[in-house]
Amino acid sequence: MKVLVAVKRVVDYKVQIRVKSDNSGVETQNVKMSVNPPDENAIEEAVKLKEQGLANEIISVSIGDDKSQDVLRTSMAMGIDRSILVKSQNTLEPLAVAKTLKIIIDKEKPDLVLMGKQAIDDDSNQTGQILSALLNWPQGCFISNLKIENNKVFISREIDEGIENLETSLPAVLTCDLRLNTPRFASLPNIMKAKKKPLETIDINTLGIDTSSKIKTLKVIEPPKRKAGIMVNDVKELVQKLKYEAKVI
Amino acid sequence: MSVLVVAEHDNKNLKSSTLNTISAAEKLSEDIHLLILGNKIEDLAKSSKSIQLVKKVIICDHEKLENQIPELSSPIISNLAENYSHILAPSSTFGKNLLPRVSALLDVTQISDIIGIESQDTFIRPIYAGNAISYVQTDQKINLMTVRPTSFEKCEETGGDAAVENISFIDSEVKTTFVSREVSKSDRPELGNARVVVSGGRGLENSDNFKLLYDLADKLNAAVGASRAAVDSGYIGNEYQVGQTGKMVAPELYIAVGISGAIQHLAGMKESKVIVAINKDLEAPIFNIADYGLSSDLFQAIPEIIKELDLLNQIES
Repeated sequence: MKVLVAVKRVVDYKVQIRVKSDNSGVETQNVKMSVNPPDENAIEEAVKLKEQGLANEIISVSIGDDKSQDVLRTSMAMGIDRSILVKSQNTLEPLAVAKTLKIIIDKEKPDLVLMGKQAIDDDSNQTGQILSALLNWPQGCFISNLKIENNKVFISREIDEGIENLETSLPAVLTCDLRLNTPRFASLPNIMKAKKKPLETIDINTLGIDTSSKIKTLKVIEPPKRKAGIMVNDVKELVQKLKYEAKVI
Repeated sequence: MSVLVVAEHDNKNLKSSTLNTISAAEKLSEDIHLLILGNKIEDLAKSSKSIQLVKKVIICDHEKLENQIPELSSPIISNLAENYSHILAPSSTFGKNLLPRVSALLDVTQISDIIGIESQDTFIRPIYAGNAISYVQTDQKINLMTVRPTSFEKCEETGGDAAVENISFIDSEVKTTFVSREVSKSDRPELGNARVVVSGGRGLENSDNFKLLYDLADKLNAAVGASRAAVDSGYIGNEYQVGQTGKMVAPELYIAVGISGAIQHLAGMKESKVIVAINKDLEAPIFNIADYGLSSDLFQAIPEIIKELDLLNQIES
Protein backbone atom coordinates (compact mmCIF):
# COMPACT_ATOMS: atom_id res chain seq x y z
CA MET A 1 0.00 0.00 0.00
CA LYS A 2 1.17 3.50 -0.84
CA VAL A 3 0.14 6.39 1.39
CA LEU A 4 0.18 10.09 0.52
CA VAL A 5 0.04 12.71 3.26
CA ALA A 6 -0.83 16.35 2.59
CA VAL A 7 0.94 18.84 4.83
CA LYS A 8 0.47 22.59 5.29
CA ARG A 9 2.92 25.09 6.73
CA VAL A 10 1.13 27.38 9.19
CA VAL A 11 1.84 29.85 11.98
CA ASP A 12 2.82 27.76 15.00
CA TYR A 13 -0.11 27.11 17.29
CA LYS A 14 1.70 28.68 20.27
CA VAL A 15 2.27 32.02 18.52
CA GLN A 16 0.07 34.92 19.61
CA ILE A 17 -1.72 35.99 16.42
CA ARG A 18 -1.30 39.63 15.38
CA VAL A 19 -3.53 41.35 12.84
CA LYS A 20 -1.58 43.57 10.42
CA SER A 21 -2.01 47.28 11.05
CA ASP A 22 -3.38 47.84 7.53
CA ASN A 23 -6.04 45.15 8.18
CA SER A 24 -4.97 43.18 5.11
CA GLY A 25 -4.42 39.96 7.02
CA VAL A 26 -2.50 38.29 9.83
CA GLU A 27 1.22 38.86 10.36
CA THR A 28 3.15 35.81 9.09
CA GLN A 29 6.57 37.43 8.66
CA ASN A 30 9.16 36.72 11.36
CA VAL A 31 6.88 34.41 13.30
CA LYS A 32 7.53 30.76 14.02
CA MET A 33 5.98 28.45 11.39
CA SER A 34 5.28 24.75 11.86
CA VAL A 35 3.49 21.75 10.44
CA ASN A 36 -0.28 22.24 10.79
CA PRO A 37 -1.02 20.22 14.00
CA PRO A 38 -3.60 17.74 12.66
CA ASP A 39 -1.34 17.18 9.61
CA GLU A 40 1.24 15.91 12.11
CA ASN A 41 -1.31 13.30 13.17
CA ALA A 42 -1.66 12.34 9.50
CA ILE A 43 2.13 11.97 9.17
CA GLU A 44 2.29 9.92 12.36
CA GLU A 45 -0.47 7.59 11.15
CA ALA A 46 1.30 7.04 7.83
CA VAL A 47 4.57 6.24 9.62
CA LYS A 48 2.71 3.80 11.89
CA LEU A 49 1.17 2.08 8.87
CA LYS A 50 4.66 1.61 7.45
CA GLU A 51 6.01 0.30 10.76
CA GLN A 52 3.12 -2.20 10.89
CA GLY A 53 4.09 -3.44 7.44
CA LEU A 54 0.83 -2.24 5.91
CA ALA A 55 2.37 0.56 3.87
CA ASN A 56 5.49 0.11 1.75
CA GLU A 57 5.89 3.71 0.61
CA ILE A 58 4.77 6.90 2.36
CA ILE A 59 5.12 10.29 0.72
CA SER A 60 4.23 13.83 1.74
CA VAL A 61 3.07 16.75 -0.38
CA SER A 62 2.89 20.44 0.42
CA ILE A 63 1.84 23.47 -1.60
CA GLY A 64 3.57 26.77 -0.94
CA ASP A 65 6.72 28.78 -1.48
CA ASP A 66 10.28 27.46 -0.95
CA LYS A 67 9.93 27.82 2.81
CA SER A 68 7.40 24.98 2.81
CA GLN A 69 10.40 22.67 2.37
CA ASP A 70 10.75 22.95 6.20
CA VAL A 71 7.52 21.09 6.89
CA LEU A 72 8.33 18.44 4.29
CA ARG A 73 11.77 17.90 5.89
CA THR A 74 10.04 17.63 9.26
CA SER A 75 7.70 14.99 7.83
CA MET A 76 10.70 13.05 6.47
CA ALA A 77 12.44 13.34 9.85
CA MET A 78 9.33 11.72 11.36
CA GLY A 79 9.61 8.84 8.89
CA ILE A 80 8.11 9.87 5.53
CA ASP A 81 10.16 8.37 2.64
CA ARG A 82 10.10 11.24 0.14
CA SER A 83 8.34 14.55 -0.49
CA ILE A 84 6.89 16.70 -3.23
CA LEU A 85 6.65 20.50 -3.02
CA VAL A 86 4.21 22.13 -5.40
CA LYS A 87 5.63 25.61 -5.63
CA SER A 88 3.14 28.45 -5.48
CA GLN A 89 3.71 32.07 -4.48
CA ASN A 90 0.03 32.64 -3.85
CA THR A 91 -2.10 31.22 -1.08
CA LEU A 92 -4.58 28.76 -2.52
CA GLU A 93 -8.20 28.27 -1.54
CA PRO A 94 -9.30 24.75 -0.54
CA LEU A 95 -10.85 24.00 -3.96
CA ALA A 96 -7.58 24.83 -5.74
CA VAL A 97 -5.58 22.88 -3.12
CA ALA A 98 -7.75 19.82 -3.72
CA LYS A 99 -7.40 20.14 -7.51
CA THR A 100 -3.63 20.40 -7.16
CA LEU A 101 -3.50 17.36 -4.89
CA LYS A 102 -5.67 15.42 -7.35
CA ILE A 103 -3.12 15.93 -10.11
CA ILE A 104 -0.33 14.66 -7.85
CA ILE A 105 -2.51 11.71 -6.80
CA ASP A 106 -3.34 10.81 -10.41
CA LYS A 107 0.42 10.60 -11.02
CA GLU A 108 1.52 8.92 -7.78
CA LYS A 109 -1.50 6.58 -7.46
CA PRO A 110 -1.55 6.18 -3.68
CA ASP A 111 -4.06 3.79 -2.09
CA LEU A 112 -4.71 6.07 0.86
CA VAL A 113 -4.60 9.85 1.32
CA LEU A 114 -4.28 11.27 4.84
CA MET A 115 -4.40 14.90 5.94
CA GLY A 116 -5.41 17.02 8.91
CA LYS A 117 -9.10 17.76 9.29
CA GLN A 118 -8.47 21.49 9.22
CA ALA A 119 -5.65 23.99 8.87
CA ILE A 120 -5.35 26.17 11.94
CA ASP A 121 -4.78 29.34 9.91
CA ASP A 122 -7.87 29.75 7.72
CA ASP A 123 -9.93 27.09 9.57
CA SER A 124 -11.83 26.11 6.42
CA ASN A 125 -12.14 22.36 7.04
CA GLN A 126 -12.84 21.58 3.37
CA THR A 127 -9.88 20.17 1.46
CA GLY A 128 -10.25 16.46 2.32
CA GLN A 129 -13.95 16.45 1.59
CA ILE A 130 -13.47 18.25 -1.76
CA LEU A 131 -10.60 15.96 -2.74
CA SER A 132 -12.63 12.88 -1.95
CA ALA A 133 -15.46 14.15 -4.17
CA LEU A 134 -13.08 15.06 -7.03
CA LEU A 135 -11.49 11.59 -6.89
CA ASN A 136 -14.84 9.90 -6.27
CA TRP A 137 -13.21 8.02 -3.40
CA PRO A 138 -14.79 7.30 0.01
CA GLN A 139 -14.45 10.09 2.55
CA GLY A 140 -13.73 9.69 6.23
CA CYS A 141 -13.56 12.97 8.13
CA PHE A 142 -12.32 13.83 11.63
CA ILE A 143 -11.09 10.29 12.31
CA SER A 144 -9.83 9.32 15.75
CA ASN A 145 -9.22 5.63 15.02
CA LEU A 146 -8.09 3.72 11.93
CA LYS A 147 -7.78 0.02 11.29
CA ILE A 148 -6.98 -1.49 7.90
CA GLU A 149 -7.51 -5.23 7.28
CA ASN A 150 -7.57 -6.99 3.90
CA ASN A 151 -8.32 -3.81 1.99
CA LYS A 152 -11.16 -3.02 4.41
CA VAL A 153 -10.94 0.27 6.29
CA PHE A 154 -12.56 0.71 9.69
CA ILE A 155 -12.71 4.26 11.01
CA SER A 156 -14.09 6.06 14.03
CA ARG A 157 -15.11 9.67 13.42
CA GLU A 158 -15.40 12.38 16.06
CA ILE A 159 -18.90 13.85 15.63
CA ASP A 160 -20.77 16.38 17.78
CA GLU A 161 -22.87 13.67 19.42
CA GLY A 162 -19.97 11.29 20.16
CA ILE A 163 -18.31 8.79 17.85
CA GLU A 164 -19.45 7.33 14.52
CA ASN A 165 -17.98 4.05 13.25
CA LEU A 166 -17.86 3.42 9.51
CA GLU A 167 -16.50 0.68 7.28
CA THR A 168 -15.17 1.55 3.86
CA SER A 169 -12.55 0.43 1.36
CA LEU A 170 -9.38 1.62 -0.34
CA PRO A 171 -8.63 3.91 -2.02
CA ALA A 172 -9.93 6.51 0.40
CA VAL A 173 -9.35 10.05 1.68
CA LEU A 174 -9.23 10.34 5.47
CA THR A 175 -8.92 13.55 7.50
CA CYS A 176 -7.35 13.27 10.94
CA ASP A 177 -8.50 14.56 14.31
CA LEU A 178 -5.94 15.42 16.99
CA ARG A 179 -7.17 12.38 18.93
CA LEU A 180 -5.99 9.90 16.29
CA ASN A 181 -2.50 9.47 17.78
CA THR A 182 0.38 11.29 19.46
CA PRO A 183 2.86 12.53 16.84
CA ARG A 184 6.46 11.54 17.57
CA PHE A 185 9.29 14.01 17.94
CA ALA A 186 11.93 13.83 15.24
CA SER A 187 15.25 12.75 16.74
CA LEU A 188 18.43 14.58 15.77
CA PRO A 189 19.84 11.63 13.76
CA ASN A 190 16.54 11.39 11.89
CA ILE A 191 16.57 15.14 11.20
CA MET A 192 20.05 14.70 9.69
CA LYS A 193 18.91 11.69 7.65
CA ALA A 194 15.86 13.59 6.39
CA LYS A 195 18.15 16.14 4.72
CA LYS A 196 19.26 13.42 2.30
CA LYS A 197 15.79 12.10 1.46
CA PRO A 198 14.40 13.05 -2.00
CA LEU A 199 12.38 16.27 -2.26
CA GLU A 200 10.93 16.92 -5.70
CA THR A 201 9.73 20.39 -6.68
CA ILE A 202 6.94 21.04 -9.18
CA ASP A 203 5.91 24.52 -10.36
CA ILE A 204 2.15 24.90 -9.90
CA ASN A 205 1.91 26.83 -13.18
CA THR A 206 2.83 23.66 -15.08
CA LEU A 207 -0.25 21.83 -13.76
CA GLY A 208 -2.83 23.74 -15.81
CA ILE A 209 -5.36 24.37 -13.07
CA ASP A 210 -7.23 27.50 -12.10
CA THR A 211 -5.63 28.68 -8.88
CA SER A 212 -7.16 32.16 -8.79
CA SER A 213 -8.98 33.30 -5.66
CA LYS A 214 -12.76 33.11 -5.78
CA ILE A 215 -13.06 34.88 -2.46
CA LYS A 216 -11.72 38.37 -1.83
CA THR A 217 -10.64 39.35 1.67
CA LEU A 218 -11.91 42.89 2.25
CA LYS A 219 -10.36 43.30 5.68
CA VAL A 220 -9.13 41.38 8.68
CA ILE A 221 -9.72 42.83 12.11
CA GLU A 222 -9.02 41.88 15.70
CA PRO A 223 -11.88 40.24 17.52
CA PRO A 224 -13.65 42.39 20.09
CA LYS A 225 -11.74 42.18 23.36
CA ARG A 226 -13.49 40.93 26.42
CA LYS A 227 -12.74 42.91 29.54
CA ALA A 228 -12.08 41.31 32.88
CA GLY A 229 -14.96 41.80 35.28
CA ILE A 230 -14.78 41.72 39.05
CA MET A 231 -13.54 39.28 41.66
CA VAL A 232 -16.15 38.28 44.18
CA ASN A 233 -15.23 37.50 47.78
CA ASP A 234 -17.27 34.39 48.35
CA VAL A 235 -19.91 32.06 46.99
CA LYS A 236 -22.75 34.04 48.55
CA GLU A 237 -21.71 37.19 46.70
CA LEU A 238 -21.30 35.25 43.45
CA VAL A 239 -24.79 33.78 43.59
CA GLN A 240 -26.28 37.18 44.53
CA LYS A 241 -24.52 38.85 41.56
CA LEU A 242 -25.69 36.18 39.15
CA LYS A 243 -29.23 36.45 40.43
CA TYR A 244 -29.73 40.20 40.82
CA GLU A 245 -27.03 41.91 38.71
CA ALA A 246 -26.49 39.63 35.71
CA LYS A 247 -29.97 38.08 36.08
CA VAL A 248 -28.87 34.79 34.54
CA ILE A 249 -30.03 32.35 37.22
CA MET B 1 -33.53 34.52 -5.37
CA SER B 2 -34.28 31.63 -3.05
CA VAL B 3 -32.00 30.27 -0.36
CA LEU B 4 -31.70 26.58 0.46
CA VAL B 5 -30.99 25.43 4.03
CA VAL B 6 -29.81 21.84 4.46
CA ALA B 7 -31.41 20.49 7.65
CA GLU B 8 -29.44 18.71 10.35
CA HIS B 9 -31.68 16.19 12.09
CA ASP B 10 -31.86 12.68 13.52
CA ASN B 11 -34.76 11.54 11.28
CA LYS B 12 -37.20 12.47 14.08
CA ASN B 13 -36.39 16.02 15.12
CA LEU B 14 -34.50 18.94 13.67
CA LYS B 15 -31.31 19.79 15.51
CA SER B 16 -31.46 23.32 16.90
CA SER B 17 -28.49 24.22 14.67
CA THR B 18 -30.95 24.03 11.75
CA LEU B 19 -33.09 26.75 13.37
CA ASN B 20 -30.04 29.00 13.80
CA THR B 21 -29.12 28.45 10.16
CA ILE B 22 -32.63 29.39 9.00
CA SER B 23 -32.23 32.70 10.89
CA ALA B 24 -29.02 33.33 8.97
CA ALA B 25 -30.84 32.57 5.70
CA GLU B 26 -33.45 35.21 6.58
CA LYS B 27 -30.76 37.87 6.15
CA LEU B 28 -30.39 36.79 2.50
CA SER B 29 -33.88 36.07 1.21
CA GLU B 30 -37.54 35.84 2.14
CA ASP B 31 -37.90 32.67 0.10
CA ILE B 32 -36.24 30.07 2.30
CA HIS B 33 -36.48 26.39 1.39
CA LEU B 34 -35.57 23.69 3.88
CA LEU B 35 -34.10 20.47 2.48
CA ILE B 36 -34.49 17.35 4.62
CA LEU B 37 -32.63 14.25 3.49
CA GLY B 38 -33.37 11.23 5.64
CA ASN B 39 -35.22 8.01 6.23
CA LYS B 40 -38.87 7.76 7.36
CA ILE B 41 -39.09 11.51 7.76
CA GLU B 42 -42.81 12.07 7.11
CA ASP B 43 -43.41 13.25 10.68
CA LEU B 44 -40.33 15.43 10.59
CA ALA B 45 -41.58 17.02 7.36
CA LYS B 46 -44.96 17.73 8.99
CA SER B 47 -43.44 19.40 12.05
CA SER B 48 -40.95 21.37 9.94
CA LYS B 49 -43.60 22.96 7.73
CA SER B 50 -44.79 25.09 10.63
CA ILE B 51 -41.49 26.99 10.85
CA GLN B 52 -42.58 30.51 10.06
CA LEU B 53 -39.60 31.59 7.96
CA VAL B 54 -39.67 28.50 5.74
CA LYS B 55 -41.67 28.81 2.51
CA LYS B 56 -41.08 25.30 1.21
CA VAL B 57 -39.94 22.03 2.76
CA ILE B 58 -38.21 19.72 0.28
CA ILE B 59 -38.10 16.08 1.30
CA CYS B 60 -36.01 13.24 0.04
CA ASP B 61 -37.05 10.16 1.99
CA HIS B 62 -35.05 6.97 1.40
CA GLU B 63 -33.66 4.21 3.57
CA LYS B 64 -30.16 4.80 2.20
CA LEU B 65 -30.27 8.33 3.65
CA GLU B 66 -30.74 7.08 7.22
CA ASN B 67 -27.15 7.73 8.30
CA GLN B 68 -26.25 10.89 6.37
CA ILE B 69 -23.41 9.43 4.32
CA PRO B 70 -22.16 12.53 2.43
CA GLU B 71 -21.25 10.55 -0.70
CA LEU B 72 -24.99 9.85 -1.07
CA SER B 73 -26.48 13.18 -0.02
CA SER B 74 -24.11 15.57 -1.81
CA PRO B 75 -25.24 14.78 -5.40
CA ILE B 76 -28.89 15.27 -4.37
CA ILE B 77 -28.06 18.75 -3.07
CA SER B 78 -25.89 19.78 -6.02
CA ASN B 79 -28.69 18.68 -8.33
CA LEU B 80 -31.00 21.31 -6.78
CA ALA B 81 -28.41 24.09 -6.77
CA GLU B 82 -29.36 25.94 -9.95
CA ASN B 83 -32.54 27.21 -8.27
CA TYR B 84 -30.70 28.97 -5.48
CA SER B 85 -28.42 31.94 -4.86
CA HIS B 86 -27.11 30.49 -1.57
CA ILE B 87 -26.97 27.05 0.05
CA LEU B 88 -26.48 27.03 3.82
CA ALA B 89 -25.77 24.26 6.32
CA PRO B 90 -24.88 24.43 10.01
CA SER B 91 -21.17 24.50 10.77
CA SER B 92 -21.49 21.35 12.88
CA THR B 93 -19.68 18.10 12.16
CA PHE B 94 -22.73 17.30 9.98
CA GLY B 95 -22.38 20.40 7.79
CA LYS B 96 -18.58 20.34 7.73
CA ASN B 97 -18.67 16.75 6.51
CA LEU B 98 -21.22 17.41 3.80
CA LEU B 99 -21.12 20.87 2.25
CA PRO B 100 -17.51 20.95 0.93
CA ARG B 101 -18.41 17.83 -1.09
CA VAL B 102 -21.29 19.75 -2.66
CA SER B 103 -18.94 22.64 -3.42
CA ALA B 104 -16.64 20.22 -5.27
CA LEU B 105 -19.53 18.93 -7.38
CA LEU B 106 -20.54 22.53 -8.23
CA ASP B 107 -16.93 23.71 -8.69
CA VAL B 108 -17.34 26.68 -6.36
CA THR B 109 -15.44 27.74 -3.25
CA GLN B 110 -17.35 27.35 -0.02
CA ILE B 111 -17.17 29.94 2.76
CA SER B 112 -16.82 28.14 6.09
CA ASP B 113 -18.23 28.95 9.48
CA ILE B 114 -19.73 32.39 8.91
CA ILE B 115 -20.60 34.45 11.98
CA GLY B 116 -22.17 37.40 10.19
CA ILE B 117 -23.81 38.45 6.92
CA GLU B 118 -23.04 41.96 5.65
CA SER B 119 -24.87 41.65 2.32
CA GLN B 120 -25.76 39.11 -0.36
CA ASP B 121 -22.10 38.64 -1.22
CA THR B 122 -20.15 39.75 1.87
CA PHE B 123 -19.70 37.59 4.92
CA ILE B 124 -17.82 37.60 8.22
CA ARG B 125 -15.89 34.58 9.43
CA PRO B 126 -13.35 33.90 12.15
CA ILE B 127 -9.87 32.70 11.20
CA TYR B 128 -6.95 31.57 13.38
CA ALA B 129 -9.37 30.07 15.92
CA GLY B 130 -11.19 33.37 16.31
CA ASN B 131 -8.00 35.36 16.94
CA ALA B 132 -8.79 37.35 13.81
CA ILE B 133 -12.04 38.17 12.03
CA SER B 134 -12.13 38.20 8.24
CA TYR B 135 -14.59 40.04 5.97
CA VAL B 136 -14.84 38.23 2.65
CA GLN B 137 -16.62 38.92 -0.62
CA THR B 138 -17.38 36.62 -3.51
CA ASP B 139 -19.01 36.86 -6.93
CA GLN B 140 -19.53 33.16 -7.62
CA LYS B 141 -22.67 31.89 -9.36
CA ILE B 142 -23.79 30.31 -6.11
CA ASN B 143 -22.62 30.81 -2.55
CA LEU B 144 -22.17 27.78 -0.31
CA MET B 145 -21.71 28.56 3.35
CA THR B 146 -21.60 26.78 6.65
CA VAL B 147 -23.08 28.86 9.46
CA ARG B 148 -21.83 28.97 13.04
CA PRO B 149 -25.04 28.23 14.98
CA THR B 150 -24.15 30.25 18.09
CA SER B 151 -23.82 33.43 16.03
CA PHE B 152 -27.48 33.48 14.97
CA GLU B 153 -30.66 33.29 17.08
CA LYS B 154 -32.89 30.26 16.78
CA CYS B 155 -35.93 30.96 14.57
CA GLU B 156 -39.51 30.35 15.67
CA GLU B 157 -40.72 26.81 15.11
CA THR B 158 -44.39 27.69 14.81
CA GLY B 159 -46.70 30.00 12.93
CA GLY B 160 -45.90 28.92 9.40
CA ASP B 161 -47.49 26.64 6.85
CA ALA B 162 -44.90 25.80 4.23
CA ALA B 163 -45.56 23.76 1.11
CA VAL B 164 -44.01 20.29 1.09
CA GLU B 165 -42.35 18.91 -2.01
CA ASN B 166 -41.05 15.36 -2.35
CA ILE B 167 -38.06 14.83 -4.59
CA SER B 168 -36.82 11.48 -5.77
CA PHE B 169 -33.70 9.83 -4.44
CA ILE B 170 -30.68 9.77 -6.74
CA ASP B 171 -28.62 6.68 -6.05
CA SER B 172 -24.83 6.77 -6.14
CA GLU B 173 -22.40 3.91 -5.87
CA VAL B 174 -21.03 4.23 -2.36
CA LYS B 175 -18.41 2.04 -0.73
CA THR B 176 -18.96 3.29 2.82
CA THR B 177 -21.30 1.53 5.21
CA PHE B 178 -22.48 2.75 8.57
CA VAL B 179 -21.48 0.50 11.48
CA SER B 180 -22.56 2.22 14.68
CA ARG B 181 -22.80 5.47 16.58
CA GLU B 182 -21.61 5.81 20.16
CA VAL B 183 -23.70 8.60 21.61
CA SER B 184 -23.54 9.49 25.27
CA LYS B 185 -27.07 9.59 26.63
CA SER B 186 -27.96 12.42 28.92
CA ASP B 187 -31.10 14.16 30.09
CA ARG B 188 -29.25 17.45 30.25
CA PRO B 189 -29.55 20.08 27.49
CA GLU B 190 -27.39 19.79 24.39
CA LEU B 191 -24.00 21.46 24.90
CA GLY B 192 -24.12 23.60 21.76
CA ASN B 193 -27.55 24.89 22.60
CA ALA B 194 -27.89 25.13 26.39
CA ARG B 195 -28.77 28.40 28.17
CA VAL B 196 -26.25 27.57 30.88
CA VAL B 197 -23.01 25.57 30.55
CA VAL B 198 -20.95 24.30 33.49
CA SER B 199 -17.46 23.25 32.36
CA GLY B 200 -14.72 21.47 34.24
CA GLY B 201 -10.97 21.44 33.73
CA ARG B 202 -7.93 19.70 35.05
CA GLY B 203 -8.69 21.19 38.47
CA LEU B 204 -11.38 18.51 38.87
CA GLU B 205 -8.49 16.01 39.24
CA ASN B 206 -10.42 12.87 38.19
CA SER B 207 -13.58 11.61 36.55
CA ASP B 208 -15.33 10.85 39.86
CA ASN B 209 -15.08 14.50 40.84
CA PHE B 210 -16.99 15.46 37.70
CA LYS B 211 -20.04 14.26 39.63
CA LEU B 212 -19.81 17.55 41.51
CA LEU B 213 -20.24 19.38 38.22
CA TYR B 214 -23.16 17.20 37.19
CA ASP B 215 -24.91 18.09 40.46
CA LEU B 216 -24.37 21.79 39.84
CA ALA B 217 -25.44 21.44 36.20
CA ASP B 218 -28.66 19.70 37.24
CA LYS B 219 -29.47 22.52 39.69
CA LEU B 220 -29.11 25.06 36.87
CA ASN B 221 -30.60 22.91 34.09
CA ALA B 222 -27.22 23.32 32.44
CA ALA B 223 -25.18 21.32 29.95
CA VAL B 224 -21.81 19.98 31.05
CA GLY B 225 -18.64 20.85 29.17
CA ALA B 226 -14.93 20.30 29.69
CA SER B 227 -11.55 21.69 28.74
CA ARG B 228 -9.24 19.79 26.43
CA ALA B 229 -6.95 19.11 29.39
CA ALA B 230 -9.78 17.36 31.24
CA VAL B 231 -10.72 15.35 28.14
CA ASP B 232 -7.12 14.37 27.41
CA SER B 233 -6.70 13.29 31.03
CA GLY B 234 -9.63 10.92 30.51
CA TYR B 235 -11.99 12.59 33.02
CA ILE B 236 -14.81 12.88 30.46
CA GLY B 237 -15.57 12.06 26.79
CA ASN B 238 -14.37 14.18 23.89
CA GLU B 239 -17.93 15.10 22.89
CA TYR B 240 -17.96 17.37 25.96
CA GLN B 241 -14.91 19.34 24.89
CA VAL B 242 -15.35 23.10 24.53
CA GLY B 243 -12.73 24.98 22.53
CA GLN B 244 -10.93 25.30 19.24
CA THR B 245 -10.67 21.53 18.86
CA GLY B 246 -14.07 20.88 20.44
CA LYS B 247 -17.41 22.66 20.41
CA MET B 248 -18.12 26.36 20.12
CA VAL B 249 -20.63 27.50 22.72
CA ALA B 250 -22.18 30.87 23.51
CA PRO B 251 -24.63 30.37 26.38
CA GLU B 252 -26.12 33.10 28.55
CA LEU B 253 -24.07 31.81 31.47
CA TYR B 254 -20.80 29.89 31.27
CA ILE B 255 -19.28 28.65 34.51
CA ALA B 256 -15.63 27.55 34.16
CA VAL B 257 -14.58 25.39 37.09
CA GLY B 258 -10.93 24.50 37.58
CA ILE B 259 -10.12 25.67 34.04
CA SER B 260 -6.97 27.76 33.62
CA GLY B 261 -8.13 29.34 30.34
CA ALA B 262 -5.80 28.22 27.57
CA ILE B 263 -6.26 30.18 24.32
CA GLN B 264 -7.68 27.09 22.67
CA HIS B 265 -10.40 26.82 25.34
CA LEU B 266 -11.24 30.55 25.24
CA ALA B 267 -11.76 30.26 21.45
CA GLY B 268 -14.74 28.02 22.15
CA MET B 269 -16.53 29.99 24.87
CA LYS B 270 -15.55 33.66 24.89
CA GLU B 271 -18.75 34.65 23.07
CA SER B 272 -20.77 33.58 26.15
CA LYS B 273 -22.86 36.44 27.58
CA VAL B 274 -21.79 36.04 31.23
CA ILE B 275 -18.66 34.13 32.21
CA VAL B 276 -17.93 32.93 35.73
CA ALA B 277 -14.51 31.53 36.62
CA ILE B 278 -13.82 29.49 39.73
CA ASN B 279 -10.16 28.66 40.22
CA LYS B 280 -7.84 28.61 43.20
CA ASP B 281 -4.97 29.99 41.10
CA LEU B 282 -5.45 33.75 41.09
CA GLU B 283 -3.05 34.02 38.13
CA ALA B 284 -5.18 31.79 35.87
CA PRO B 285 -5.78 33.58 32.53
CA ILE B 286 -9.47 32.67 32.65
CA PHE B 287 -9.91 35.54 35.16
CA ASN B 288 -8.88 38.03 32.43
CA ILE B 289 -12.09 37.38 30.52
CA ALA B 290 -14.48 36.42 33.32
CA ASP B 291 -17.28 38.76 34.37
CA TYR B 292 -17.23 37.25 37.84
CA GLY B 293 -14.17 35.55 39.25
CA LEU B 294 -13.99 33.53 42.45
CA SER B 295 -10.57 32.51 43.68
CA SER B 296 -11.41 29.51 45.76
CA ASP B 297 -10.99 25.76 46.11
CA LEU B 298 -13.63 24.33 43.80
CA PHE B 299 -14.25 21.34 46.08
CA GLN B 300 -15.54 23.78 48.70
CA ALA B 301 -17.10 26.31 46.35
CA ILE B 302 -19.29 23.99 44.26
CA PRO B 303 -21.18 22.39 47.18
CA GLU B 304 -21.62 25.89 48.64
CA ILE B 305 -23.05 27.19 45.36
CA ILE B 306 -25.49 24.28 45.27
CA LYS B 307 -26.53 25.13 48.83
CA GLU B 308 -27.00 28.80 47.98
CA LEU B 309 -29.09 27.92 44.93
CA ASP B 310 -31.29 25.70 47.10
CA LEU B 311 -31.73 28.59 49.54
CA LEU B 312 -32.72 30.92 46.71
CA ASN B 313 -35.26 28.43 45.44
CA GLN B 314 -36.73 28.08 48.94
CA ILE B 315 -37.10 31.84 49.27
CA GLU B 316 -38.83 32.02 45.87
CA SER B 317 -41.23 29.18 46.59
